[in-house]
Amino acid sequence: MPEKFDVIVVGAGPAGTACAYTCAKGGMNVLLIERGEYPGAKNVMGGVLYRKQMEELIPEFWKEAPLERPVVEQRFWMMDKESVVSFGYKGLEWAVEPYNNFTVLRAQFDQWFAKKAVEAGALLINETVVTECIVENGKVVGVRTDRPDGEVFADVVVLADGVNSLLSKQLGFHKEFRPDEVALTVMEVINLPKDKINDRFNLQDNQGCTIEIFGDSTKGNLGTAFLYTNKESLNIGVGTTLSSMIKAKLKPYDLLDYLKTHPMVKPFLEGGESAEYLAHLIPEGGFHSVPKVAGNGVLVVGDAAQLVNAIHREGSNMAMHSGQLAAETVIEAKNRGDYSESSLNGYREALYNSFIIKDLEKYKDAAHTFEKYPQYFKEYVPMMNQAASKFFTVDGTPKRDKQKQIIKSMTAERGTLRVLQDIYRAWKAVK
Amino acid sequence: MSTKNIEEKQYLLRFKCDTKSHLTVLDHDICMTKCPDKICTVFCPAEVYKWEGTRMQVGYEGCHECGSCRIGCPYQNIKWEYPKGGHGIVFRLA
Repeated sequence: MPEKFDVIVVGAGPAGTACAYTCAKGGMNVLLIERGEYPGAKNVMGGVLYRKQMEELIPEFWKEAPLERPVVEQRFWMMDKESVVSFGYKGLEWAVEPYNNFTVLRAQFDQWFAKKAVEAGALLINETVVTECIVENGKVVGVRTDRPDGEVFADVVVLADGVNSLLSKQLGFHKEFRPDEVALTVMEVINLPKDKINDRFNLQDNQGCTIEIFGDSTKGNLGTAFLYTNKESLNIGVGTTLSSMIKAKLKPYDLLDYLKTHPMVKPFLEGGESAEYLAHLIPEGGFHSVPKVAGNGVLVVGDAAQLVNAIHREGSNMAMHSGQLAAETVIEAKNRGDYSESSLNGYREALYNSFIIKDLEKYKDAAHTFEKYPQYFKEYVPMMNQAASKFFTVDGTPKRDKQKQIIKSMTAERGTLRVLQDIYRAWKAVK
Repeated sequence: MSTKNIEEKQYLLRFKCDTKSHLTVLDHDICMTKCPDKICTVFCPAEVYKWEGTRMQVGYEGCHECGSCRIGCPYQNIKWEYPKGGHGIVFRLA
């Protein structure tokens, strides 16, 4: 191992590997350090990978990457105890190249992606924890690992160490996160024969479906549940902000079992066999929680920089794009021979000019609004279900009278003014 | 399908256990005297924390390394590190 690299990337998830891959392609000498037995061993996500940002790195990756199913249908459920109001979109334009997104199993996908970075010239070292950044004269010059004689040096260190990012905290880029800035999510992979999946979700072999579930899936707490189709398994999971979990004294695995046995969900899982159980934090603080992302000799990418759009369940795509932007900045910095903060701030600018920060900014008040005003999940979801039930039950009441009754019952519960306030507040948070 | 309780869920996983805990409760007295809810025993997704009357038992071997306990402990009473390289949980699927 040479004692000094151009770049050290800490963490072989989507952000780190995208960065290592792009740097290696750009002719740089790259060390990619992963603490797991292999890339993906510590990595968890619900399972949707968007095509666009991955394709920018590896054109037509779907021809060789280990993917599950291209998603052709996205459903959204507002679920109550024994009912659901649903809407969604299914389009066959998503069933053909270039596709829109895919379900993936990360342990396989991440290994494949890291292999691409290695083929491009990066050196991957597994089973190695970076314990701290080495700082000299206010500049990050390398990392200390838990291996014997484990100091390695580089012009730039890229922190892709995930949601917990102990390293960016060590550098003082952010304080410890608050429980309302992270979502605790648990999921299970449930094996189910392909034919059963196709029948139950109305799919062909190479088509996938995703269902996002709001309301009773979290017992009205701020969060969502999901049910995604793999080739021969389902991913089912649920999460809420850690603060909601604490406030409601919920055990996450109890919530998962509540979801799995919910009458609206259970029939999908019938006969399935649990294959894996996983827990993970999702950084959901959004725009206000994004830490400092560039310093002297150091950049922060992906979950470590809190780059997740919870409303649109986008994260791995943002991670990859941030990794790519960081790599492009590092390559420019090398050409200039300047790795100071002002030189590396090109990454910050690129990030803030990209869809990543623009999208986070659009929803900057959403999480806070929905945490502070729990009525959206706790009261409006049941109300929508009751309204739909009333409206579609034929009992001889004229439709105009039904409409009046529905509006009256909604405003009677909360008051007309409060309902209007709630609507305006929600619109403002997501507009 | 049948649900599985947390012990059965944990059996689905592969762990390469270190001999030393990467999680440390700094002061068990704080748990005893200041923290009636012992909320880590509730929200930890792997039931790592169990209160044993006078001290907090830490079953680090089953930890998913999610970080919730570090952030969620109301008294910042948990020292949280990563397990040694290559150790800890090994996800095989998602």
